[in-house]
Amino acid sequence: MRRILNRPEFGAACGVVAVWVFFALYAGGSGFLTAGAPTYLEIASELGILAAAVSLLMIAGEFDLSVGSMIAASGMTISLLHEQLGWSIWGGIAAAMALSLVVGFANGLVVVRTRLPSFIVTLGSLFILSGLTIGITRLVTGRTQVGGLRKALHYESAQSLFASQVGGFSVSIFWWVAISLLATWVLLRTRFGNWIFGAGGAPDAARNLGVPVQKVKIALFMTTAFCACLVATFQAVKFNSTDVLRGTGKELEAILAAVLGGTLLTGGHGSVIGAAFGALIFGMVQQGIVFAGVDSDWYKVFLGAMLIVAVLVNTYVRGRMVEARR
Amino acid sequence: MSIQEPVRQPLLAVESLAKSFGKVSAVEDVTMSVHEGEVMCVLGDNGAGKSTLIKMLSGVHLPDRGRMSVSGEEVRLASPRDARARGIATVYQDLAMVPMLSIVRNFFLGAEPMKGFGPFRRFDLKAADAVVRAELDKMGIHVRDSSEPVGTLSGGERQSIAIARAVYFGARVLILDEPTSALGVKQAGIVLRYIAQARARGCGVILVTHNPHHAWLIGDRFTILNRGRSQGTFSKAQITREELIQRMAGGRELEELTHELGELSRGDGRLEISGT
Repeated sequence: MRRILNRPEFGAACGVVAVWVFFALYAGGSGFLTAGAPTYLEIASELGILAAAVSLLMIAGEFDLSVGSMIAASGMTISLLHEQLGWSIWGGIAAAMALSLVVGFANGLVVVRTRLPSFIVTLGSLFILSGLTIGITRLVTGRTQVGGLRKALHYESAQSLFASQVGGFSVSIFWWVAISLLATWVLLRTRFGNWIFGAGGAPDAARNLGVPVQKVKIALFMTTAFCACLVATFQAVKFNSTDVLRGTGKELEAILAAVLGGTLLTGGHGSVIGAAFGALIFGMVQQGIVFAGVDSDWYKVFLGAMLIVAVLVNTYVRGRMVEARR
Repeated sequence: MSIQEPVRQPLLAVESLAKSFGKVSAVEDVTMSVHEGEVMCVLGDNGAGKSTLIKMLSGVHLPDRGRMSVSGEEVRLASPRDARARGIATVYQDLAMVPMLSIVRNFFLGAEPMKGFGPFRRFDLKAADAVVRAELDKMGIHVRDSSEPVGTLSGGERQSIAIARAVYFGARVLILDEPTSALGVKQAGIVLRYIAQARARGCGVILVTHNPHHAWLIGDRFTILNRGRSQGTFSKAQITREELIQRMAGGRELEELTHELGELSRGDGRLEISGT
């Protein structure tokens, strides 16, 4: 029992059940249980892919605030390469992914080399990326939205992989589940996963034991940027267009999902499954409020309150864990 | 190896070691050694050069001058990994464990046993768990559940597990940085017991501390550091605890100060030990 209570995702699992029951009671009649499910799962899936990577990074003790603007930058890379240079959709996606890995690497390198807080470094890259995306897009096209991706070569194959429906559910949900399971496996069952915990929980101890803390962190910054690019790909293919503002605020939503899922802001403790639950809560609240007939503007109030409760619970749990029994 | 040789080779020996950082000289001239199955205590006050010495012995810093040898072979320890490969393990005071990670995961952090092939290579938690149970048993450490976070253990237990870990990973020389300084009397006793166990298993232990009372309880030989210089090495037969304390303080002036402060803080835990 104590072991279950100590699991980081325990609180989030309770949260998922509570939120689901709440909306099933108040909005079940208006479609939350039927039409709502594919919608909130789709919202949860895109956020959940980000949150999986963000939670790993947070367990390693770092933040990445640039994932939101990375989404815009990646999406715009795909669209611009098609519109301006006639690249195929796959060429654009490959270029965007390469770009995201470079940006993630740069974020990580600056953080580990300068030892500045990653909060500040990636806040900087948030603005740089966002500014570059807007600046270049407007310079090249004179607009802030680029569409017409559907005409790109091989668009259909990309669509079936990133934006199709499987059994009435968006394919991104399956990506989300697969990525969450993979990330959990890496975290809990591989050497690299153990290093993630070490890098975040006690970086000096880990370094003394031979854990390449800097490499671990750089790899995780690359993962968050890559996942942002993946989400950008889903959206670009789905909406057939990209906007320079797409992804704005996603970095905070991903942190919120990770924290709801029991990941500590200070690192060293957390769970990808918890982050997936966090994303699910996010999706259910955002959609559930609509189905409950409340103005959707209010969902953020609900989420913010849940976040604070989650952090209180987490702090209590951590206090118990590190408290020595003397 | 060393057994067959006529003269008993020290496991680790340093001679005239020196290291400075910019214009500040941290270690000026330190000579000391440790043999198999021996606890060598390096005693010194704050600023005596203890941490710098540890960092040189564990491969974090390269010495500016002086010689270092492992089992008679002259070596240059370029990195902590290098030191570990030569059987030198260092257990740092507060930096030994990740508090929120389980005992098993801590034990194998940085040296996880693996199973499986290719992309399915994974951390063999089951094997790790079995090893941890066996090793802790051998050292006489009892934990309820090795998947419990280390944070639930007491400071003494944490240090003990760190020592058990170093011994398991083939440490022949165990460098302990102030293992008892943050602990209460009872907890310090636990740690000293495991140091004795490690010695019994043939390790050469270098116990670096500013606490002469703990050192006296466990040490076989004592090297005193003062202002970056070693002030000689004494076997337990050659020196009394009082002399040890006096030499460590480095002169009459400091001795008086120690006495004065002792008067002021009588009744504090450390003085209680001196009576036992």
